[in-house]
Amino acid sequence: MTKPTIVLIGHGMVGQRFLEALVDRNVTGTARVVVFCEEPRPAYDRVQLSSYFSGRTAEDLSLVEDGFLARHGIELHLGDPAASVDRAARTVTARSGLTVGYDTLVLATGSYPFVPPVPGKDSEGCFVYRTVEDLLAIEAYAKNCATGTVVGGGLLGLEAAGALKGLGLTTHIVEFNPRLMALQVDDGGGAALRRTVEDMGLIVHTGVGGKEITADDAGAVTGMALSDGSAVETDLVVFSAGVRPRDQLARDCGLEVGERGGITVDERCRTSDPAVLAIGECALAADGRVYGLVAPGYEMAEVAAHEIAGSAHTGFTGADTSTKLKLLGVDVASFGDAHGTAEGCLDVVYSDSRSGVYKKLVVGADGTLLGGVLVGDADAYGMLRPLTGSVPPVAPEQLVLPAGAGAPAALGPSALPDEAVICNCHNVTKGAIRGAVTDHRCTTVPEVKKCTKAGTGCGSCVKALTSLVNDELEASGVSVDKGLCGCFGYTRAELYEIVRTLRVTTYAQLLDSHGREEARRGDGCEVCKPAIGSIIASLAPTLGASGYVLDGEQAALQDTNDHFLANLQRNGSYSIVPRIPGGEITPEKLIVIGEVARDFGLYTKITGGQRIDLFGARVDQLPVIWARLVDAGFESGHAYGKALRTVKSCVGQTWCRYGVQDSVRMAIDLELRYRGLRSPHKLKSAVSGCARECAEARGKDFGVIATSNGWNLYVGGNGGADPRHADLLAQDLDDEGLIRLIDRFLMFYIRTADRLERTSAWLERIDGGLDHVRDVVVDDALGLCAELEALMADHVAGYRDEWAETLADPERLSRFVSFVNAPGAPDPTVRFVPERDQVKPDLTILSGPAIPVRTRELEGTSSR
Amino acid sequence: MTMAPERTDVRVELLVDQKWFTVCELTDLVPGRGVAALLPDGTQVAVFQDRAGRAHAIGNRDPFTGAYVLSRGLLGTAGGRPFVASPLLKQRFDLETGRCLDDETVSVTAYATRLGSPAPGPV
Ligand code: SRM
Ligand SMILES: Cc1cc2nc3c(=O)[nH]c(=O)nc-3n(C[C@H](O)[C@H](O)[C@H](O)COP(=O)(O)OP(=O)(O)OC[C@H]3O[C@@H](n4cnc5c(N)ncnc54)[C@H](O)[C@@H]3O)c2cc1C
Ligand code: SF4
Ligand code: FES
Repeated sequence: MTKPTIVLIGHGMVGQRFLEALVDRNVTGTARVVVFCEEPRPAYDRVQLSSYFSGRTAEDLSLVEDGFLARHGIELHLGDPAASVDRAARTVTARSGLTVGYDTLVLATGSYPFVPPVPGKDSEGCFVYRTVEDLLAIEAYAKNCATGTVVGGGLLGLEAAGALKGLGLTTHIVEFNPRLMALQVDDGGGAALRRTVEDMGLIVHTGVGGKEITADDAGAVTGMALSDGSAVETDLVVFSAGVRPRDQLARDCGLEVGERGGITVDERCRTSDPAVLAIGECALAADGRVYGLVAPGYEMAEVAAHEIAGSAHTGFTGADTSTKLKLLGVDVASFGDAHGTAEGCLDVVYSDSRSGVYKKLVVGADGTLLGGVLVGDADAYGMLRPLTGSVPPVAPEQLVLPAGAGAPAALGPSALPDEAVICNCHNVTKGAIRGAVTDHRCTTVPEVKKCTKAGTGCGSCVKALTSLVNDELEASGVSVDKGLCGCFGYTRAELYEIVRTLRVTTYAQLLDSHGREEARRGDGCEVCKPAIGSIIASLAPTLGASGYVLDGEQAALQDTNDHFLANLQRNGSYSIVPRIPGGEITPEKLIVIGEVARDFGLYTKITGGQRIDLFGARVDQLPVIWARLVDAGFESGHAYGKALRTVKSCVGQTWCRYGVQDSVRMAIDLELRYRGLRSPHKLKSAVSGCARECAEARGKDFGVIATSNGWNLYVGGNGGADPRHADLLAQDLDDEGLIRLIDRFLMFYIRTADRLERTSAWLERIDGGLDHVRDVVVDDALGLCAELEALMADHVAGYRDEWAETLADPERLSRFVSFVNAPGAPDPTVRFVPERDQVKPDLTILSGPAIPVRTRELEGTSSR
Repeated sequence: MTMAPERTDVRVELLVDQKWFTVCELTDLVPGRGVAALLPDGTQVAVFQDRAGRAHAIGNRDPFTGAYVLSRGLLGTAGGRPFVASPLLKQRFDLETGRCLDDETVSVTAYATRLGSPAPGPV
């Protein structure tokens, strides 16, 4: 028997969700699944489309996990839209001519942007705002424009306007209704919103429509005439006047569609032909509405997958249309019966036109919260939306008062009933989130996100989610095990204290005395070994232990990177980063790096940290390469260690016309002082010569910015996935004061932070935050400063270059071989292929069958 | 400089095709870490010594990335059994069975090992 075939037309947000639901129901194992996708890329997060302009790439927006389609045998035809459906023959024919027969057809064709029929709408410079391709086109065209106009002041129109403004255009918004976001907010909210939008420099025209778009001789937009007789000059127009369901394909093959569009479906998402289903924005749901939001679409996707799998479901009968606007820097949210249409309902309004805050709650006669509008301050949204439909535990006016204005202790999500929906995008209830913690044993927010999908859509619920998860963890009595790992019940900070006060010098000793009972005398694990190794290493000079990371037992604690003093790459080769303090380097040294790279065929790249990375060395080549580098005066850059990485510098006062201090010298001093210092996570720093901040010091764990009086010290900055600007710790320090303060700050961090906790996360976590740190390291509130300084002095005095030490010791060097029983044989799986005049790892060799190593120097022998 | 330790010539042997094959001396191994070694047919194996002094051997290829790096992972104990964590993406492999503890569909070859008696005569 051949497998049944399911054909999906449209690989948008809802289409992808439908495929995931099929996988969850195991349908992909028993059916062939074919997808026609009109766009040139697989499904992506359209909701976050605008974030493309704030730096997310089209790839970041992808919704399709790597390998998802291949793993489940789903056939995707990119850039090949379905052109016709023959329901009698049950076939779909694509534009390319490809015809596929189906047993079940699912339409998820979404919507198209509605372009009002104004004359001139097809001129060059007129766009819509729906796809990545639209954004790319707008971005390219805007390069030669000064002014842009968005037609439509709804949710999407405001997003588009924000994007145009972000592209540097003077931006107009033309809205036919008397207020912005007419669908979601009421007059009061519209007024507050307009004020805020205008304060941001956007020009708002309400109650007028575009009458005609004017163009120059070449057909490019020059302006727009408005219905009130006025006109705006504009180089670019974006239509954002609503969307219409894409039901043409359905119409053409005779499926029933609604009077105002949309493919008619029943509660089970079946169209008038039971072999055809429709989901998402193209569908006219059983309640007679077409939903332009993603959450209802996701619900339909689930229903359709259940329907096809033959499993039980409750059908799709309608959904909530609450929204929260993410862009433009204004918080706008509306939920439930925002316009107060229910009989006998009352409004509770708080309005502060000075600060552009407007909040309205709609309350039923019996006190039930029915809906509301929040403008300017939508913090309460995550809380209020799930309360909708119930009587809030506190008086409604207290829910809208701003914090501090006599507002009662803020009502937390803990007050919500279990049925309350916390994540609207994925329809996840509070009960389900609690269940993730109690039944599925999730212990962190990311785990709960993965388990329930909550918080992975628009992100507006993450705050509420986090507080729920934490409450639940604490409440469930399973007092959150803060232990480092399965081997130790202590936190990293506690272990640091134990090592320091009991002067423990080996990991084995610590495991056997302070490990969990079941872990004692065992081998530990990959989590605690490097962490404890790092604690012992950072205290080594003080404890009188050897600070060298490859001595004795220490060698067995280090991750491979620390073990080989280099960074492991994907094909088993290593990269080499010599230290270049402050980014300053002589031509001679540059030449040596070039020569070494050339002689060993290493791929060479300037790093983001103002130094040079040499990639593609085999283990057995590391010592020879380093011998050359050490000889030329280089030392380890610790790119492999949880240690100080780089202190970036700008050119500063010596050369730059704005510089007020010698930032290069200070950066070098700091880098040489803290090099080799082992810490809970890597440490980065930078020194800028003036407030222009060319060295990006505020993105660093400790950043220094010159002032005309000395130096400002900022701490807790971070780049990476969760960037944070560093906070000012102290101002106008002299050289000595600066260094003393950094000494104390770093040692306090090393002492109290968790494993792999950057200073940014540490500052946010510890009680009292920055103020507490300032009390301890500036005002010496705990009387610790002398000790912290002494620890750092020990470190500075005990520093030795790890590579120079390694090269000086044949025993240590003997570890740098590919094979223990064939020391001279190179590993043949570490191979390279050419790329842009250099090399890159040959990965095909790794995916193939095992490659035997042919060598004559095999030292082993066989015996019986 | 540390002194090279005395050679005690206890050999680490692997069972390959029903024969015991010597891959290295016990002193070549650091407890808690591994080395890579070659079998007569050119296959790469990862050989480890745990804290109790026992030797273990599994295939050196990390099945998740294809790279020949398992010998460079860190050893640990989970549920009383020894494992190695891949240095690349940290999946753990049971050293006695070769089974991946983080994905039951994946495993690597595990070899029987023994510590051979000192070789006769001077080395
Ligand atoms: C080489 C380099 C990229 C480049 O080609 O420029 C690089 C490469 C790696 N980075 Fe990075 N990062 C490099 C600059 C940066 C920067 C920019 C900077 O330092 O100014 C950042 C953002 C700043 C920051 O750290 O706050 C950066 C944020 C990260 C992160 C995220 C850290 C975070 O707190 O979120 C990681 C992951 C981690 O460390 O856990 C990471 C991890 C890595 C690792 C170590 C991943 C790994 O384990 O294999 C990469 C190792 C490369 C190698 O094998 O040599 N890299 N990385 C840069 C080396 C700089 C240097 O000279 O040492
Ligand atoms: C800028 C922007 C911001 C938004 N913000 C929000 C928000 O904050 N909250 C919210 O809930 N919603 C928001 N939305 C709406 C949300 O993106 C949609 O509700 C959601 O994408 C609908 O999913 P869908 O799969 O039904 O349609 P789509 O995601 O549009 O996918 C339909 C796909 O089908 C393809 N297609 C059409 N015809 C064919 C054919 N014949 N053959 C093959 N393929 C075809 C289309 O090219 C498209 O790729 C926003 C939309 C935009 C544009
Ligand atoms: S930070 Fe100031 S001193 Fe340094 S390079 Fe930039 S402008 Fe010049
Ligand atoms: S509400 Fe959008 S991600 Fe949860």
